[in-house]
Amino acid sequence: MQDSAVQRRGRAGERAEVARARPRRRSKKFVALLFVLPILLINVIVIIGPSISAFYYSMTDWSGVGAARFVGIDNFRRIIFDDITYREAFTNNLIWLAFFLTVPFVLALLAASFLAPIRKGGLFFRTALFIPYVLPSVIVASIWRNLLSPTLGVGVQLDKIGIRGLDQAWLGRPDSALLTVAFVDNWRFWGFLMVLFLAAMQNISPDLYEASRLDGATRWQEFRFITLPGIRPTIALMILMVSIWSFLVFDYVWILTGGGPAGSSEVLGTLVIKYAFNRFQAGYAAAIGLSMSFFAGIVITIFVVLRRRGWEV
Amino acid sequence: MLRRLRLRRRLSLFPNYLILSVLVFFSLGPIVILGFNSLKSQAEVGRNPLGPPQNVIWENYPNAWEIGNFATTLRNSSILVVGTLSGVLVLGGMAAFSMARLKLPGEGIMTLYLLIGASLPIQLFLVPLFFLWRNLGLVNNLFGLILIYIAVNSPFAIFLLRSYMINLPSDFDDAARIDGASEWQVFTKIVVPLSWPAFLTVGLVVGLAVWNEFLLATVFLTEHRLFTVVTSYYNFTSRFTRDWGLTSAGAVMMVLPVLILFLSLQRRFIAGITRGGLVN
Repeated sequence: MQDSAVQRRGRAGERAEVARARPRRRSKKFVALLFVLPILLINVIVIIGPSISAFYYSMTDWSGVGAARFVGIDNFRRIIFDDITYREAFTNNLIWLAFFLTVPFVLALLAASFLAPIRKGGLFFRTALFIPYVLPSVIVASIWRNLLSPTLGVGVQLDKIGIRGLDQAWLGRPDSALLTVAFVDNWRFWGFLMVLFLAAMQNISPDLYEASRLDGATRWQEFRFITLPGIRPTIALMILMVSIWSFLVFDYVWILTGGGPAGSSEVLGTLVIKYAFNRFQAGYAAAIGLSMSFFAGIVITIFVVLRRRGWEV
Repeated sequence: MLRRLRLRRRLSLFPNYLILSVLVFFSLGPIVILGFNSLKSQAEVGRNPLGPPQNVIWENYPNAWEIGNFATTLRNSSILVVGTLSGVLVLGGMAAFSMARLKLPGEGIMTLYLLIGASLPIQLFLVPLFFLWRNLGLVNNLFGLILIYIAVNSPFAIFLLRSYMINLPSDFDDAARIDGASEWQVFTKIVVPLSWPAFLTVGLVVGLAVWNEFLLATVFLTEHRLFTVVTSYYNFTSRFTRDWGLTSAGAVMMVLPVLILFLSLQRRFIAGITRGGLVN
C-alpha cells in the first residue's frame, strides 16, 4: 500500500514536471526553427520555387513576357524530334564528357602519383599546379585567346623555328573549336583534380609501398596494385561529378566562341541562354534546362544502381 | 649502406621532379606571359608576343583602369562579395548552429533539402528565376543578385560549418545556458568564436566564388554601371581584342588581389575549395 502511494506520488510528480517542461521544450524547438528560417526562406524563393515552376513553364510556349499558353509536351517533342540545334548541342556535351573523363584524369593521376613521394618542394608543386583553378574564367579565356591567336600565338612562334602546322585559327574553325575550348577549360581544371587525388594518395598507408618494394615491385606495379585501388573512391566520386558538370558547362564556351562558328561548339548550357534571352522562347528554354537536369539525374541514378549492385563506386 | 640507399632514393626521384617541372611550366607559363604582355606597347606585342618585355612601359595600367572603369566595377564586385558573405556567414551560421547544437525538429529533412538545393543545376531554375526577379524589380539590382548568391552558396556553407560545430564540446553552451544565456547569446558569444576557422574557410571559398562568378552576373546585371570586374572585363576584351597590353594589364589588376590572398592562405584555401567544389 505504502509503496504504491509513493509510486503514485512519484508518477504524479513526474507528470507535473512533464507538464511544466512541455511549453519550454516546444519553445526550444521553436527557437531552433527560427535559426534556420531566414536561410530556408531565401532558398525556397531562389532555388526550390523557380525549380518547381520550371516544370510548368517547360510545358508552355511562354515568351518571357505576358501570359503563358499551355502546350503540353510539345516542347519535349520538339527537343526529341525536330530541333537539330539541340541534337548538335547534346552531341557536343557528349564529346565534352568524353574529353573530361580522359584528359584531366590522366594528367591529374600522372602528376599526383609523381608528386606523392616527394618531400622537398612538394608544397610548391601542389600550389603551382593549383593556381590556374582560382583564376576567373574571363581571364583564363583571354590568356588563351591570345596564346592561340593565328597571327601572334604560340603556333606562329613555333612555325618560325620550324615546327609547322600549328598556326591555325583553333577557335575559329568548326572542326577544332569545341575541343580547343575544352582544352582551355581543362588547363585550369586538372590541377583541382590533381589536388584531390594527391590528398587521397597521401592517406594510403606507407607500409603497403614498403612491402611491395621488398617484394621487388616495379613502379608501374605499385601504381597499378596499390595507388589506384587506394584512391578508387575518390576517382569514382570525381567521375560522377565530372559527368554531371559536363552536361552543365557554360562559361568557357560562351566566352571563347559563343557556341560558334556555325553552332559547332554549341552546348546545352549556351542554348538555354540563347533561347531564353535572345530568341524569347522562355518556355522552350525551361524545357532545355529541365532536360539538362534530367541528364545529370540519369548519371546519378546509374551510380546509385551500380552501388546497389555491389560495385565499389 | 643506409646513406647509399637514401641517395639512390633521391636520385630515383629525379624523373618525378623533371615531369612536374614541365607541368608547372604548362600551368604557370601562360600567367607569366600575361604579366609580360601587360608591360609592352602595342607595337612590341606585334614583334614579341610571348617573351619578356624589351621596353617596359607602365601606361597600360592607368589606361586599363580608366577604360575598364575599374573604380566602378571593383566597387560593385566588393559589394557583391561583402553582401553575400554577410548573408551566408550570418544566416548560414545560424542554420548550422541550429542543426548542430539545438534540437531542430526534422533535421533529417533539412539535410536532404540542402543536398537537393546544392545539386540542382543553375540552368534548371535560371529562366523562371530571371522572370520572377524582373517582376520583383530585382534584375539590375546588386541586392537581387546577392540574394541569389546567398541561396546558391549557403548549402555548402551550412554543411561545412555544421560539421565543425558538431565536434565542439558542449560544456560551454550548457554552462552559459545555466547562467541564463539565450540561444542567440550562446551562438554569438560562444559557438561563433570557437568555430572561426570554419567561418574563415567558408568566407574564402564563397568570396572567391562570388568574385569569379560569370553566368549569373551576366544574366542579372546588364547595365554598364552595375558590371562586376568579371563581366566588365568580358565586355572590355571583346572591344579591345587587338590591344594585348591593355587587356593584359586589366587582367593582372583583377587577378593580383586574388593571387596574393590565395598564396598567403593557401592551405586553408585548398582544403576549403576541394570540399566546396564537391558540394557545388
